Order: sequence, then structure tokens, then C-alpha cells
Amino acid sequence: MLENTTIKTLPKVVVRFAGDSGDGMQLAGNIFSNVSAAQGNQISTFPDYPAEIRAPQGSLSGVSGYQVCIGRGVYTPGDKADVLVAMNPAALKTNISHLKQGGIIICDSDTFRPADLRKAEYATDDPVTELKLDEDRTLLVPMTSLLKETLADSGMDQKAIMKSKNMLALGIVCWLFDRPVESVLRKLQAKFAKKPGVYEANAKVVQAGWDYAHNTHASISSYRIETAPTRKGTYTDVNGNTATAWGLIMASQKSGRPLYLGSYPITPATDILHELAKRKDLGVKACQMEDEIAGICSAIGASYAGHLAVTSTSGPGLALKGEAMGLAVMAELPLVIIDVQRGGPSTGLPTKTEQTDLMQALYGRNGESPICVVAAASPTDCFTMAFEAARIAIEHMTPVILLSDAFIANGSSAWRIPEADEYPEIKPQFVTPEMLEKGWKPYQRNAENWVRYWAVPGMEGAMHRVGGLEKDFETSVISTDGANHARMVEARRQKVAHIATDIPALEIQGCKDADTVLVGWGGTYGHLYTAMEQLNEEGRKVALAQFCYINPLPANALEELRRFKRIIVAELNTGMFADYLQSKLPEKEILRINKIEGQPFMVSEITEGVIKHMEA
Amino acid sequence: MNQTECAARKAADYKSDQNVRWCPGCGDHAILNVLHKAMAELGTDPKDIVVVSGIGCSSRLPYYMNTYGMHTIHGRAAAIATGVKTSRPELTVWQISGDGDGLAIGGNHFIHAVRRNVDINMLLFNNKIYGLTKGQYSPTSARGTVTKSSPYGTTEDPFVPAELCFGARGTFFARSIDVELATSQEVMVAAARHKGTSVVEILQNCMIFNNGIHNHVTDREFRQDRTIHLRDGEKMLFGKNNEKGLVQDGFLLKAVTVGEDGYTIDDVLVHDAHCESNFLHQQLAMMDGYSLPLALGVIRDYDALSYETEVAAQVEEVKAKKGFTDLRDMILKTCETWEVK
Repeated sequence: MLENTTIKTLPKVVVRFAGDSGDGMQLAGNIFSNVSAAQGNQISTFPDYPAEIRAPQGSLSGVSGYQVCIGRGVYTPGDKADVLVAMNPAALKTNISHLKQGGIIICDSDTFRPADLRKAEYATDDPVTELKLDEDRTLLVPMTSLLKETLADSGMDQKAIMKSKNMLALGIVCWLFDRPVESVLRKLQAKFAKKPGVYEANAKVVQAGWDYAHNTHASISSYRIETAPTRKGTYTDVNGNTATAWGLIMASQKSGRPLYLGSYPITPATDILHELAKRKDLGVKACQMEDEIAGICSAIGASYAGHLAVTSTSGPGLALKGEAMGLAVMAELPLVIIDVQRGGPSTGLPTKTEQTDLMQALYGRNGESPICVVAAASPTDCFTMAFEAARIAIEHMTPVILLSDAFIANGSSAWRIPEADEYPEIKPQFVTPEMLEKGWKPYQRNAENWVRYWAVPGMEGAMHRVGGLEKDFETSVISTDGANHARMVEARRQKVAHIATDIPALEIQGCKDADTVLVGWGGTYGHLYTAMEQLNEEGRKVALAQFCYINPLPANALEELRRFKRIIVAELNTGMFADYLQSKLPEKEILRINKIEGQPFMVSEITEGVIKHMEA
Repeated sequence: MNQTECAARKAADYKSDQNVRWCPGCGDHAILNVLHKAMAELGTDPKDIVVVSGIGCSSRLPYYMNTYGMHTIHGRAAAIATGVKTSRPELTVWQISGDGDGLAIGGNHFIHAVRRNVDINMLLFNNKIYGLTKGQYSPTSARGTVTKSSPYGTTEDPFVPAELCFGARGTFFARSIDVELATSQEVMVAAARHKGTSVVEILQNCMIFNNGIHNHVTDREFRQDRTIHLRDGEKMLFGKNNEKGLVQDGFLLKAVTVGEDGYTIDDVLVHDAHCESNFLHQQLAMMDGYSLPLALGVIRDYDALSYETEVAAQVEEVKAKKGFTDLRDMILKTCETWEVK
């Protein structure tokens, strides 16, 4: 350990907390991010947790992590950590590969007992040497002893005391990054408002951690992190799933349509159900149904009855909902289907992220069954895109699939809480009494945008039947006539295609005069944007096109892409969006960067991939 | 119920202008006509009624109703009807399913709708066959039934719909036969008036693929001896001259002739459709027209909390308790926030 503390100023820094899945790493990380955000840093977080709820203590499979990037120009949780906090030998071993070269390790030396080391499958009794750690940059803190000492007089039992170990680590990290202990205490006070005893113990431990670090100058350097100029307003830290739920509530407020959710628990989408179930306090009816199919079907019933109806799921659930989605297409009812993508096929990797449901979303139904597909780019963008999905569904009388993914669903960022008037009114196209007088038919369409009108039960004179059977274009009665079917297929196609006139144009970011464009969609935005910035800083001219509207594509999209000599699509699958674009741009060769490891991109993987294509 | 009650409604008010396309002689025609009449008797405004069906011959029914209606996908009518009713409790919701739609592909939704006790009126048309796919055995076909998909006879036992309903803790079960028009109307009206999931099994004849399947109870010659019409508060009597009755025999039921073998009218049980225990209801519903008469009428009608009412009440309760004005207000009051100035 060096004698003197130096203070480094950094634009951004990545901290990774790792421990047993019961060690409270998510809480420690979460408090650290929120305190940093309140100090004016941008934040981006990524919890990386195992599928098991409580794997055996101290084992390699039970390690849970929480990574946060704080600073300025933060669009991702960072590729690798500047600081790794490891609560036991297993966490150290599984996370060391996530540490930058020259990064700092903080670990609990009290856990380097033979039994712990055996559980974590070490060959020797010296993890520092075995893992070839840089001793000068490894802080061996006797956390367990310090903790016991701090709480010796608390009257708490061993088990209760050990629960606060995460707070000791948090105290050390707060000192390292110059975070005021007072802000941490305020958050703890809010969290444990109903348990003053727990608050006091935790507060004492955080302070002990901070003091320990301060007194031992326990660092090679401490850091000052640059703040980012941010828009004025009130902020909170939000993850993608919560933002999705809130975006739907905003859409309900702006459309005057009550919100109904029919859902079934599935990782990693369940938190949307949780949040909306809590939001009965805002009038939401969130119903946990008997299965995925009942989730969407009850939503279709609620939609027919005049609600903003939603179902939330992940890939396997989307597969089960396919037939019902077709019914919503045929009945031309508004419906929002949220797919928080995870690794597949089948049960796959439930807690890990992927973008492999794109083709299922676009085409996973029988018949000619066009559905509007949109995607969220970041945790906070989930709010905007959930609102957009609901707006399009209601105004265009169509099911809309919103693609999120495990990475943005669980990751969080600071988010400015919008005022209601920042979002547009959503205008349902209801059947009017004037239409009824003129002989309204259920499948009568708006001549301009092909949208059929919404007649809600309870309305006098608009009794009508919808269903999965093909209907006559003029009379709306069941029809098996071939020519009529062709006409209805075309009408449904036109209706969805027409949405292109009602969504924002594609914006090309970065070097406008570049001849290479990096293309992405959905939750990879942060990584692609950072990669584009880095490449530009290195003098390589690259532009970025990130798609959030996938079917239909923004009206200007293909024309914009055609201007580039090189189109490189980076995505977390084997090339689904690339194939989709290729079918629309047959004259271009669509280049690809793909990753399919259940983990988000690392920025370096994208920059390297782009350079390879540019130099090919 | 909140619907506009109107005594002057006629069956024709509930009838759409569509040509009914079931086979001539199909039992569905009679059931449809009775449903129009039952709705007129109930007097609910057609604009406040939603009829939801799945797939199958019977599921075409919504097209013949001048109400709101949804002809949906195979097996899912109960789930869709649950969504309609939960979102809009003031609407009257009817669900039409056949034995295949409701108990095979839709079995899961059936039991869960019944368990939740959502206030929908389910009409289960039971013809013990798949008609629209041209004659395969259904989950109510007896063991050994020979059909196109069981050319050597089935090797599985059927569901008894009532048993499934009670197994799912059903609060209302009634039974009728397509040809028993008055009974059908009586049970449909009772089903609509019951708050909670009402299951009405209607034994229906498929002329084409399963003609005469219910003959052992529908044949005029035996009908009065092989069926019993249960009415709440009345003695369980049956037979051409009501000379027979049901009595308790240990834990089981027994059919006796009043005045014979020492049985008097006082021994005959009185039907209590409203009692909480479904023990006797289940025994009554399991009678099949062979050793004991098939029970028709309302077998069980027990008042319990209904799902959509409880959901709505909970929403109102927590809304009032928390008092948030909108999304932003909720976030500001429940989340950690900070100001950027």
C-alpha cells in the first residue's frame, strides 16, 4: 500500500460490487449510484445475477454482481471495472476478468479461510498469488472483523451483524470516490424508516468503513469524478421495467383509457407486473392470470371493452401468445405486448440478455399478420417507448410489440421525472353518433390511415361482433371470398405501413460525412453510441443509426442508410436485424457484428468489429 | 346488476340480422332461441351485453346476437370474457363454449375462471363430440367411444363437467337439455342473476356426428323417469306422477318410490341450492340417468365474493388510501428524488 493519497480526476469510473447473491450487493451498488447521481454524475447500472435465488453460500455459481458507471458521457455501465469490490474468494475469482488492467480490488481478507477457498475451488491458500493480483492495487480489508468490532455493543446476533457487511464495503467505496456519508445515511434512513434499529446499525457500519479507508489512506489514489451538465428538474433513478410500467400509466393518463394488464410471471419481465400491481393506487387493474395465453387473452377482452390493454412477457411467453396476437390483428384492437428479451431458445438463459426475439416479434404468427414492432434503447427510454407503443396501438387500432431486454430492464439510469404536459394527448378514434347515422360498419376504415373505428360496449346503436374469422371489407360480416381476403390482407398491411408517417424520422448521429454507419436497434444504444464516439475520437469517421421503430421503419430510414458506403449492423443475435435490413436494401451488402453470449456488448468489441470491417 | 332494466324487451331485440348457419335439426338452434328469450326476460339492454365464444359449432353464436360480441380463438373464451368483465364490471358477460373448446383446449381457463368466481355466465354446449372438425371424440366422450380419431374406441375416461366445476370450487352449476326449452330458460336466467361464475351445462344433440347421444335421458318415453328437475326448497321428486323421490342412504343418494319399502314423503330430500357445502350438490350432479335420474335445473347457487368486484373495490380502496393525483405525484411521494438546478 502506498503512503500518500493522490487525487485523480476522471471523466468516468466503473465500480463493480460482487458477492454472494444474499450479500446485499445490489443494495450497496444502488445506494452508491443514487448518491453519485444526486451529486450530478450520470449513471448507468447493470445488475448481473444468477438464476438461482440463493445458490450455496460462497460457491462460484452463487455470485451476484452489480456494476455501475458514474461520471460524464455515461451511456453504458462500462466494459470493465476500475474498482472491484469482492466480498469473498468466489466473487473475487469469478469477477477478476471484469477488472481493468491496473484496476483496484477491495476484498474481505477475513474470508480467505481454507474452507472458503476450497468452496471457491482455489488450488492454493493464497488467492492473491494464485490469481496473479497486483498487491499494490489490492486492498485486503479485514471486513468481517471490523464489522463485528463496530457492532460489538449493538446486542445484535452474529447473523444480523453479518447482514451489514455490504455497508462496510459501501463506506470504503464512498471514501474512495469522495461521496459524502451524509447522503448515504439519508438513503438508508428512507429505506429503513420503519426499522430504526437496522438503520442505526447500518449507519454505524457505513461510517466505520469510511473511517477505516480515511485513516489507513486505503488507496493508491482517490478519485474525483466529473459531473455532467444536466437538464433542470427533479430526478429519480429508474430501471427499464419500472420505466416501462410508468410509460404505460402516462399513456393511460393521456388517452383517458383505463389501464389493464393481463400477465404471468416470467423472468426478466416480472417486475413490470409487480410495479403495475402496486399501481392499483393509480387505478391500474393488473391481473396475474393462470398462464401466458390468459394474460394476453384477458387483455384482448379488456381492449374490446375500451381499455388501454397490455400484456408483459419474455420470449417463451411471446411464443405462447402468438395465436392471440393474431386475433388482435384480425379484430383490429389496440394492444401492447411487451417482450423483455432473454437468452433462448426454450428456457435458455432466463436472467441473461439477448436480442433474439426480433424475428419472432416480426413474423411469429400464422397468416399474413403484420404487427407494429418498436424497441427501447435504454432503461429510461423504456418510458418513452412504452408510451409510444400505447399511442400507436390506440391511435392506429393495432397490436404493438415493445421489445425490451434483460440488460435495460434491470439496468438503471437517472431520469428526469416529466410533467404530464410534456407528452401529447393520445386520441382514440371512437365511433361517433354521426357515423352511426350514416350506417357505420365495424370494419369501416378511415380513408387516410386505414384505421377502423373503436366502438366500446355500452354505446347505444354500435353493437357489433368481432372475431378471428375474415370479414367482408364492406359489410363486416364473415367472408371466405378470395378477392375480399386479398383486399383485407392489403388493408391490414397498409394500416401498419401507414404508421411510418406518424413516428419520428431516423436521426443519424455522429459524423454526418462518414462513409461508414454503425447500425443498431433497441437496448444496445449506449454501447454503440460510446463505440461511435471512441472511433470518432480516434479519427475514424463513423456515424450511428439506432432504430427504435422497427416495423414500420421510419419513412426516411432506407434513404438515409443508402447514402453510406458501409453499413455495419451490431446486434446481440446472429444477424436478425441485418437480415431484415438486407431484405429492404438488396443493393447493399449489410456487414455484421454479432455477439450471443447472454451478456451486453463491450464497447471494445464493437470498435474492434467496426475497424475490422473498415480495413477489410 | 347496474344494467338498465326494461321489462318490455322482446326476444327479437337480442337477435341479429345474420342467417343462422347451423345444420338443420341441430340442438344449437333451440338453445339460441331460448337465450334470446332469457335475455328478454332479464331485460338487460343489449348495448350492455357482451357475448364471448371460442371456436367450434356453438361458438358461432355471438354472430346471431344483437349485442356486443367476440368470436375468438379455440379454448380462450373464458380468459377473454374474464378480461371484459374485470375491466368493465357493469357489463353483462356471457361465454359460449362447447365441450371441446371449454374442457379440452380451454380446460385451464375454465377451471381458473371458476376458481376466481368472475361474474360471467358460461353456457357449455355438451354434445360429447367435435362437430366442426367433423367428428372426433371430446373430453366428455365415454370410454370406448368410436369416432374418426378413435376408430377402435377411446381408451380414456371423460370429464363430468359438474365434477370439474366443483373441483374448481364453483359457486353455480345448472343443467338442461336442448329440447327442454322451459328448463333452459329458467337456468339461464338463474345463471345471469348469480353473482360469480355460472356454469350451465346444456346437453345438446349433434345430428350429424353424434346423433342420439343423450337419448337415454331425452327420449320422451323415459325422460320423466330418468331425469329429475331440481328446484330450490322443493322435494326431490321425479317420475311421470312425481311418485319417485331421492332419499339419503348413508353418505349416498337412493331413488325410492314414495309409499313403498317403508319410504314416506317425509324421507324425500328437499333441495337446497344455496348451501355452502357442495357435498350433496356434487352427488346430485353426478347422477347420470341410469341408476339415479340425471339432475336438471339449478343444482348449486352459492353466493361468494366475485373477482371483478373485489378487484374494483381494492383499486378504489388503495386509490383513496394513497391519494395520489397522478403518476408524477406518485413518483415524487414514493421514490428517492433529487433536484438539478
